[in-house]
Amino acid sequence: MNLYTKYHGMIEVEKEDFIFFEHGIPGFVEEKHFILLPLEKDSPFFIMQSKITPELGFVVVNPFLFFTDYEFELSENDKDILKINNEEEVGVFAILTVKDPFAETTANLQAPVIINHKRNIAKQIILHETYKTRHKIIQKDKVK
Amino acid sequence: MLVLTRKTGESIQIGDEIEITVLSVQGDQIKLGIHAPKNIEIHRKEIYISIQESNNEAASIQKNMLDQMKLFNLK
Repeated sequence: MNLYTKYHGMIEVEKEDFIFFEHGIPGFVEEKHFILLPLEKDSPFFIMQSKITPELGFVVVNPFLFFTDYEFELSENDKDILKINNEEEVGVFAILTVKDPFAETTANLQAPVIINHKRNIAKQIILHETYKTRHKIIQKDKVK
Repeated sequence: MLVLTRKTGESIQIGDEIEITVLSVQGDQIKLGIHAPKNIEIHRKEIYISIQESNNEAASIQKNMLDQMKLFNLK
């Protein structure tokens, strides 16, 4: 099918590649279908593009690439909702708020997107851990 | 909005499955205990709002801001 996207123009995608968010995500509860598109070849960044709203696309990234000690426990309820049986099925993405300059870009570590890749179902969960919605992805102590 | 007055140790029951108990009151802080089925999500309101706001902000970035990201590599 053809998909109109925020960052990639009109592209051809496979229907079965859409990921289903049963309750949308906070602030966008009507948006239940997204697809993950690499920003470009070999980029660590992906666009989580809405199926129904061309201008809605989130920049997401595997948070463990930037925050090596990031950790949290999935609740039993979330494991049930996402039908997660083993870790290999699970993908974790953090939604980025991209800033200019790029060094000011922040990641939402408090509400990661959890995807069951096997079943293509996902949820933006809200952690009770001490993470915030705005963590700078480029941490000063790591810049030499 | 329904308004009920409760004392420490007293509860309100919402439907068959949700019970909220006032555990303690100290000054303007109230500690609540909540019994609910695990499929009911419970969040501090301001945290849920901050997630909504963060999502809204993340959704509203301009396309040209991604150009810098394309130059970025992790090494």
